[in-house]
Amino acid sequence: MQSHLLTLCYLIGSITFIIGLKMLSNPASARKGNLVAAFGMAIAILGTIFLYTSETGEHLGNYPWIFGGLLVGGVVGTLAAKKVKMTAMPEMVSLFNGMGGACAALISVVEFNHLSKEIAEGVVSAGDVQPTVLIIVLGLIIGSVSFAGSMIAWGKLNGKVKDLSFTGQNILNLLVLAITLAAGAYLVYDPTQHMLVYVILGLALVYGVFFVMPIGGADMPVVISLLNSFTGVAAACGGFLYDNKVMLTGGILVGAAGTLLTILMCKAMNRSLQNVLIGSFGGHKSAAGASGKDQGAYKEISLADAAMVMSYANKVMVVPGYGLAVAQAQHVCHELEKILEEKGVEVKYAIHPVAGRMPGHMNVLLAEADVPYEKLLEMEQANDEFKTCDVVLILGANDVVNPAAKNDPASPIYGMPILEVEFAKTVIVNKRSMKPGYAGIENDLFFQPKTSMLFGDAKKVLQDLCAEVKSV
Amino acid sequence: MENILNFISSNQQIIYIVILMIFVGIEVIGRVPSVLHTPLMSGANAIHGVVVIGAIIIMGKAEADNYLALILGFLAVILGTINVVGGFVVTDRMLEMFKKKK
Repeated sequence: MQSHLLTLCYLIGSITFIIGLKMLSNPASARKGNLVAAFGMAIAILGTIFLYTSETGEHLGNYPWIFGGLLVGGVVGTLAAKKVKMTAMPEMVSLFNGMGGACAALISVVEFNHLSKEIAEGVVSAGDVQPTVLIIVLGLIIGSVSFAGSMIAWGKLNGKVKDLSFTGQNILNLLVLAITLAAGAYLVYDPTQHMLVYVILGLALVYGVFFVMPIGGADMPVVISLLNSFTGVAAACGGFLYDNKVMLTGGILVGAAGTLLTILMCKAMNRSLQNVLIGSFGGHKSAAGASGKDQGAYKEISLADAAMVMSYANKVMVVPGYGLAVAQAQHVCHELEKILEEKGVEVKYAIHPVAGRMPGHMNVLLAEADVPYEKLLEMEQANDEFKTCDVVLILGANDVVNPAAKNDPASPIYGMPILEVEFAKTVIVNKRSMKPGYAGIENDLFFQPKTSMLFGDAKKVLQDLCAEVKSV
Repeated sequence: MENILNFISSNQQIIYIVILMIFVGIEVIGRVPSVLHTPLMSGANAIHGVVVIGAIIIMGKAEADNYLALILGFLAVILGTINVVGGFVVTDRMLEMFKKKK
């Protein structure tokens, strides 16, 4: 009876995951979808704790440990998720993903130890457990790579870890991967070599670090999405191991959806996954070539002039980027928009799909500041409207408006669709300094005759602009 | 060869599930607008936290004197729970900002 109830719990879990994911891909139902999936997860977890019985009919024990772990994890997870600033959310997702990967890897280690004890005691023969060992090893490798990779991605996004690439790195990476897989294969072949499990763990962690290390910070969202699907597969390995359908369906579902999502993200940047993973961003000659070029001079604009130009414009297009997010300037940006609208200026926002550190980052930020949904234009719409804009105000965006993506085949971002701001009459660029953006590439846009620079922290500049525009 | 065939026939249920789930996973998010890429990734991230169930099973089966299993299992439960709870909460916070205000 109890095991049938548990089956029902798992069935509910699996179905809610599918429905939740489906609802998450539509703006109107997304939030409910998340709750649906969370509800299913709670049922599956509680069902496991109270209804699970082993083959011999025994219930789970060690309740204090289980509830202790759930409590600690729940409190830490909730606090971390509640406290994190909107700008740091991508890092947070990466960190959570790493936790899941580590969990899968630990499960494999414990299960293997259990198994090797049974082999030593002669309960099972080494030959019979080979398929099980294969699953354990897969879960171990994938989980560890996901954990180590996610930690590096997390460090890169918050600036603690710098990009590192050197010649022959790809070959070294492949070598480490090959050794890891070979060690794994050997353990499957001879499961009595029980110390090998720690060797594989170590190697897989090293590979995870090496795998993410050379990939540029600007590409981290794609990497996180990929590692996300890795963890999904690692979870599915656990499902195999325990013949647990909810882990299996949940894991494979995320593995498949995550892979597709990764490809969709690459498409949004007009690049292939291979190009992201192997053609490390800004690491090679192309970046040196671009910076060696004589850039000429840029011109600055004063706050008063900027306010004047914008107040007398018919239409202003705001292009937000990471600078806006870092400065937490979304509210004052909305403020400026309202002041300008009172003066009869039409204000809209042009959102590049990968502006900020993650796709959708800007939408989330502006929505937080109550900017109406209709004012946010996607790239194609925005590109149609730039011709009719008097002023484009760029707030801390760089690579997504870099014309090199269109006309410099040597540029590492060549081929990425950009916001074609140069079709507007005037371009005002707010940046903190002339330093190149995240991809480390110079931007010709800043040196064009119709572009003026407005240096300073986005929030400070926007506050001053608000005051100036009011007084015009 | 016979081993492989044996493996397939004794695990055919699981193999069916895997194949169908791959298609379902691709199908359900096929038409997602780019605005929702981040929340969707975050939501999927929370769902793979289902791996915590494996950690709970390990923990519950561990003998009281097997300290290695207890400690690693305990750690796994904590990490898995952080993944699940943190994942869903952070996704909810992201999506909270999408709601329409008139």
